[in-house]
Amino acid sequence: MRKNISFILNGKEVSAEVEPSMTLLELLREEFGLIGTKEGCGYGECGACTVIMDDKSVNSCLVLAIQADDKNILTVEGLASEDGTLHPLQKAFVEHGAVQCGFCTPGMLMSAKALLDEKPQPTEKEIRAGMAGNLCRCTGYVKIVEAIKAVSEEK
Amino acid sequence: MHLRKFEYFEPTTLREALALLRQYKEEAKIIAGGTDLLVQMKQDNLSPEVIICLRSIPELSGIELDGELKIGSMTTHREIEKSSVIRGSFSLLTDAVDNLGSIQIRNVATIGGNICNAAPSADTAPPLLALKAEVEVVGLEGKRIVNLKEFFLGPNQTVLTPNEILTRFLIPQLPPNSGSAYIKHTRRGAMDLPLLGVAVIVNLDSDGKSIKESRIALGLAAPIPMRASAAEKFLQSKPFRIEILRKAGEIAAFEAHPRTSMRTTAEYRREMIKALIPRAAAIAAERMSPACAREFACEGK
Repeated sequence: MRKNISFILNGKEVSAEVEPSMTLLELLREEFGLIGTKEGCGYGECGACTVIMDDKSVNSCLVLAIQADDKNILTVEGLASEDGTLHPLQKAFVEHGAVQCGFCTPGMLMSAKALLDEKPQPTEKEIRAGMAGNLCRCTGYVKIVEAIKAVSEEK
Repeated sequence: MHLRKFEYFEPTTLREALALLRQYKEEAKIIAGGTDLLVQMKQDNLSPEVIICLRSIPELSGIELDGELKIGSMTTHREIEKSSVIRGSFSLLTDAVDNLGSIQIRNVATIGGNICNAAPSADTAPPLLALKAEVEVVGLEGKRIVNLKEFFLGPNQTVLTPNEILTRFLIPQLPPNSGSAYIKHTRRGAMDLPLLGVAVIVNLDSDGKSIKESRIALGLAAPIPMRASAAEKFLQSKPFRIEILRKAGEIAAFEAHPRTSMRTTAEYRREMIKALIPRAAAIAAERMSPACAREFACEGK
């Protein structure tokens, strides 16, 4: 039985009619066309689908869409300002070459944002622990860690 | 990757949840954090007709220290990881959650889910067993308290009936002069299941030199999480010294029944029980006092 839900998506109130079996990832990509959020493994191992739900990073492939009811959801599309100015993390990822194929990048950015929102000046060890749920098969992580470190040092 | 269709209920009271369980019986599955259930469903290992979500029942969440430590079954691993009460006085439980999955997983996965799944690799099981935790289980006929020692029947099997819900964990405080640690032995630093889990609690005499009581709980050393009672018995009244702990490790390795699985061999698990019991004791010592830590300083970490 489909159910109506309403929630805040990237700062705007939205509503949708969802099947209980729909994941939050499917809702974002297929109903709202927000295809920045990626499906990697579908099992919560790779972090490509990471979004922020009520200030907490979650794997949107393992959250039911119905569970987003009344929540505040932020996806990679909500990071830059309305006028297109990139978020400091996005800028730093570009400047440090922390992006290669780009598939993991949206999830990396969302985990990095959740990490810095909670702890603005993490140590390198804390950055690595905080990003442990996001796999990247291209960069070897060094540049990603450097980009996050650079943003934390600006703060 | 799609999920098969199901009906979804999100009761706001325990009574309502129990009524739904009674109504749908085997057709229903409880969802806590969903990080295991939804994976099982995506892999077609499970296909429930009905899913009952417990997250909107307020009394199932939260951490409270009131004589004993009470942890609601829907409390997330991340909440446990961040609890200063648990980090301070029940540090082995913090050890179990701070390297469990990723932050994304820990933000949703619950301690109740970890225990009710009863995976042999459940990280919270050895610490809870060593802490002598009890679980409160509520069913249609009322409430019962089950010692965690009696809770697991086999891999993925527990004493819970289909009509029951695990509501909270009741954990007695440790006596003064206690230290604890849990070591999750893995192949890599993150995002891995343990090859072996070793939880150690030591309680020292007031002189700080001999062992009054020790508790050793092991995960993946037998079909279900086990206490190494022969090793514990051996340690009683012995000096708190590294060579004594090494001997306890050998006794525990002898009484364990590890198996060879996809991840590693029984022989390797046995060897690692010997190595990790003194190592966990060294961490516990470090947490207790500098003098204790010196005794164990040689134990490599």
